[in-house]
Amino acid sequence: MSKKFNLRRFAADNVVVIIFLVLTAAATPVSGLSAGYIIQEIVTRIGRNSFLVFSLILPVMAGMGLNFGMVLGAMAGEIGLIFAVDWNIIGVPGLIFANLVGLPIAVFLGWICGEVLNRARGREMVTGFILGFFMDGLYQFVVLYLMGGVIPMRSAAITLSRGYGIRNTLNLDSVRQSLDRLLEIRIAGVAVPAATLGIIGALCLFIVWFRKTKLGQDMRAIGQDQVVSNSAGIPVERTRIVAIVISTVLAMVGQIIFLQNMGNMATYNAHRQTGFFAVAAILVGGASVTKATIPNVFVGVVLLHLMYIVMPRAGAELFGSAQIGEYFRDAFSYGAIALALVLHAWRKQRGVEIARAGLRGSAAEGVGVKEAAL
Amino acid sequence: MRSAREFVADFGWPRIIIFFFLIGLFIAAPFVGVRIDTSISDVLNRFGQNAILVLALVPMVQSGCGLNFGLPVGIIAGLLGGTLAMQFGLTGWLGFAGALAISMPFAILFGWLYGSLLNRVKGDEMTIAMYVGFSIVTFFSILWLLLPYTNPSMVWGYAGQGLRTTITLDGYWAHVLNDTLALRVGESFKLPTGMILFVFLCAFIVYLFFRSKTGTAITAVGSNPDFARAGGVSVNKMRTISVVVSTMLGAAGILVYQQSYGFIQLYQGPLYMAFPAVAALLIGGASVNKASMANVLVGTLLFQGILTMTPSVINSVLKTDMSEVIRIVLSNGMILYALTRKTKVSK
Repeated sequence: MSKKFNLRRFAADNVVVIIFLVLTAAATPVSGLSAGYIIQEIVTRIGRNSFLVFSLILPVMAGMGLNFGMVLGAMAGEIGLIFAVDWNIIGVPGLIFANLVGLPIAVFLGWICGEVLNRARGREMVTGFILGFFMDGLYQFVVLYLMGGVIPMRSAAITLSRGYGIRNTLNLDSVRQSLDRLLEIRIAGVAVPAATLGIIGALCLFIVWFRKTKLGQDMRAIGQDQVVSNSAGIPVERTRIVAIVISTVLAMVGQIIFLQNMGNMATYNAHRQTGFFAVAAILVGGASVTKATIPNVFVGVVLLHLMYIVMPRAGAELFGSAQIGEYFRDAFSYGAIALALVLHAWRKQRGVEIARAGLRGSAAEGVGVKEAAL
Repeated sequence: MRSAREFVADFGWPRIIIFFFLIGLFIAAPFVGVRIDTSISDVLNRFGQNAILVLALVPMVQSGCGLNFGLPVGIIAGLLGGTLAMQFGLTGWLGFAGALAISMPFAILFGWLYGSLLNRVKGDEMTIAMYVGFSIVTFFSILWLLLPYTNPSMVWGYAGQGLRTTITLDGYWAHVLNDTLALRVGESFKLPTGMILFVFLCAFIVYLFFRSKTGTAITAVGSNPDFARAGGVSVNKMRTISVVVSTMLGAAGILVYQQSYGFIQLYQGPLYMAFPAVAALLIGGASVNKASMANVLVGTLLFQGILTMTPSVINSVLKTDMSEVIRIVLSNGMILYALTRKTKVSK
């Protein structure tokens, strides 16, 4: 890779980051929120959200784009939590139980997702997005009609009065913030959920280690070029499925961490925004469809959530309407995703000249050839 | 025998299942106390209401831009037309025509910008279109609050500014197409003749458009861009035209939808409107890169038929409201099926 190429790529990647930096930098003083409050919120939200965002890294590495199918994992986590609450397992054991219940479901859903995405090469993102909608329907069917009826539920408190189906809001008091409070350190008045951050740190180490394993290297190779990987003896389809399965499992764990922090769960809506927030965060952090790193996750979570904290207040101060601030942040989050995707696709289209500079571009050039070969 | 099997393979099992499912619903309806004439009337009404939004997807499918998940771009243009016409106090036919006329320049402008964007991201249109749609809907949510509309029947009563979430069209142009030449049979059957005719008129215009020189060029670009370029067709220009036409139809489609529904839905209302339209087109037999007028009409009728019939029939049978689940699984399952289907290359 030549130096010039790198520089241009760096600048283009960071357009989204820069826009968000400027935006939040302008909105933060206007909002009039205290620094202490903002820092506390940010620390809480890093603990709450980063695990979910990390689940996106592996599929990006394997060249499958942003895994909108991660909501499948979120649903698996929610089913796990429903059982943990139903069995009334309290505290961290409850979370572990939820993970154990969610794990086989997440693996199964991840496998389905991988199989589906293998049939939709070149449009994995839009397919994953629709797959999330589709599974949302099945999730509703299972949770609203089967649970309490076909699937026995022990607790009457969480089922609807008609005898089957789970209530709209699930109270997670039994596991509420059990992980965050397990090891809470106070630094200058800011409560730091050390146990949660420790788990996130362990996940970072796992990802760093995983990249160096045979499987991780295979994924990176596939991300560069499926045809070459295939002729080098890498089982392309299987590896892609493994990437999605791991991603789905991570999303399941991430959703459980997210919900234990929130303390209650909107049974039928909790996963709807999960994919949007995770994808927006990683893109705002400077990731692209083909490259996502650990710093991208942290930068993105901090920037996106800083905006989500300050915008409604800034809107209220500037226009006298918090609603405008809320629409504003939504518009900018959607806009950030669109912009990041556009910039990436744009670069891909200019792949011929980029191809000269490195391997990455050849992925864009040879789409047709690749499909013919596989 | 062979031709039957080929037909099934070509048409696809999901569509055949959906077709027989709908027939089954209609057969079951009288036994559970659902009136057939009311049902048919509802289906036709919703067919007319949604058909032009489905039709709006065709040009972009034909030009190789894929399924237009960015349909809200056109819808927003239509909303601008509708709200401005109300603001100017236009009512009745004049109101509807005025809304159409006002929305078209916006649709052309938005469509041109949107098309120029999509030309730079060939191969990734669908994901980007989806997020362009989401972005424009949320961005206009801000504008609906800030734009200086003053008509008291549109703005929030207490603040005197900012448009309401839903604006009633009563006294403006509610049902203006539906009631034209409407055919009443008995108590509960009403054929919205005017609206159905308008749908057929639009479909016929699009049909003619695709028979014209430009239309043929668009289809050529969609089938094989390289071949089209070699034949002296400007690929980008044709794609832009298809996006502009699609956006214009989207604007007209939402206006027809609103006059039948009786309300203008603003803010987050149009956010997910593209998905049912896409599902309807695919149920009608279209694929990601090929769609015809028959696909539009058949698909809208089938899809709206199922949406109308499942709540009444299934609920009476199962004594529970499963229609939402059926709707989600069916429409998204259909989109998934189309996205994962190996596209046939017959060259």
